[in-house]
Amino acid sequence: MSIVISKEKQAGDLINDVQKLSGIDIRSCLQCKKCSNGCPVTGLTNVHPSDIIRAMQLNVGDKIFNSDLIWMCASCETCYARCPMKINMAEVMDALRVLSVQKNGPKQKGNVPLFNKSFLRTVKMFGRTYDIGMIAAYKLGSASLLQDTDKFPMMLLKGKIALIPSFQADKKYTRRIFGRKLGNTQS
Amino acid sequence: MRYSYYPGCSAESTARDQYMSVNEVAIALNIELIEIKGWTCCGSTPAHHTDKILSIALPVANLLMAQKTGLEMVVFCAACYNRMKVANHEIQTNPEIRKEIAATLGEDYDGSVKVHHFIEVLIKEIGVKKLKEAFTHSLYGLKVASYYGCLLVRPKDVTQFDDPENPTIMDKLIKLMGGEMIDWPHKVECCGGGFALSRTDIVVELSNSILGMAEASGAQCMAVACPMCQINLDMRQSDIHKIKGRDYNLPVVYITQLLGLCLGISPKKLGMDKCVVSPKPIIELVKVAE
Repeated sequence: MSIVISKEKQAGDLINDVQKLSGIDIRSCLQCKKCSNGCPVTGLTNVHPSDIIRAMQLNVGDKIFNSDLIWMCASCETCYARCPMKINMAEVMDALRVLSVQKNGPKQKGNVPLFNKSFLRTVKMFGRTYDIGMIAAYKLGSASLLQDTDKFPMMLLKGKIALIPSFQADKKYTRRIFGRKLGNTQS
Repeated sequence: MRYSYYPGCSAESTARDQYMSVNEVAIALNIELIEIKGWTCCGSTPAHHTDKILSIALPVANLLMAQKTGLEMVVFCAACYNRMKVANHEIQTNPEIRKEIAATLGEDYDGSVKVHHFIEVLIKEIGVKKLKEAFTHSLYGLKVASYYGCLLVRPKDVTQFDDPENPTIMDKLIKLMGGEMIDWPHKVECCGGGFALSRTDIVVELSNSILGMAEASGAQCMAVACPMCQINLDMRQSDIHKIKGRDYNLPVVYITQLLGLCLGISPKKLGMDKCVVSPKPIIELVKVAE
């Protein structure tokens, strides 16, 4: 990846914001690229985990949210397992995702933030996930209604998808958890 | 042997077969799994994508419920297991997070509830000798690729499950059951996990590479210990066939289903009719009466 740095003042505090959210010292990265070599999705994108760190070190600012890797990272943590500097890249990615949503970063393929929202909404409502509610909310929002419709009858028949949500959850704690504002906590 | 059992949301939907087989194996081995009354979602990937405190508070809610039973916790779903362990680790090592979680939940949690994966209980508590004695059937040399995925083994200092690059705990069980463990390099590769719906294209790519390696290594089936891995590797084989032109027809079963067969439990009770790719060849090899 080539990293373009323009002369005008950058939205400078990105590296500090990420460090505040993740508690991780990004400046200690040596660019050994072990993370990028182990990353299972690098073959599907031009941006590698080590590029993300380098871009932050070079202070590219909010342009970083254009990187598709941020929403392609599956949090497999191979990067963290192999990092000689013990940088928890998966947590850095979490921080970047939180910031991307906060700063209204560009919508990317698959609209993962919408999936997350749809998932968490069912947890808020029922205390547990409710697949059909989550899938409906996500698919309506992402206009991918026809994807996987072929599998639905089979899954229903095999009892691999529940028609009605579970009402067994004790929502004593989840009510308190979802009562607070999401997306801007610091560690 | 009594444990507080956290099944996780997938036990009620996509992984009913996991739930059934864990229960059956536990009964056969006299492990008492007492389901946590009123358990709630661990938050999984969407929570840690969204908010750190949310991602810790959701598992802690369940750890608090388990703590009140006075029993240690058993989990099977690798994602839930990982989130519980991460929550314990954060509470133990980060006093500020502990304080914020206490304020959120209205109750302080000290991070002391021990969390075990069901396989850890089998190996560490029941033990190899007793397990071997309990088996009434054998896998008769069935070539099994054991697949661990990400969330059981990483991060190592947090889950402390097994070696993060070459785990062997499931291989031991396969050998014990009379199966042949496959030495293959994709044990801890990622299947795409939580992208099952949002980025199916990534799941197809990654699962194709794992299935391809399992096939090339001579596996007749794959054994998994995670509901997300199971559904990605099993159900997506038809998509892989359509998109990649590769037809694996490789059964992907839970390790507990194989254990159940060897304990003489009927395939139906183990939920094996719920697999998308038919595990019939395995069932016929082991020959358990329906």
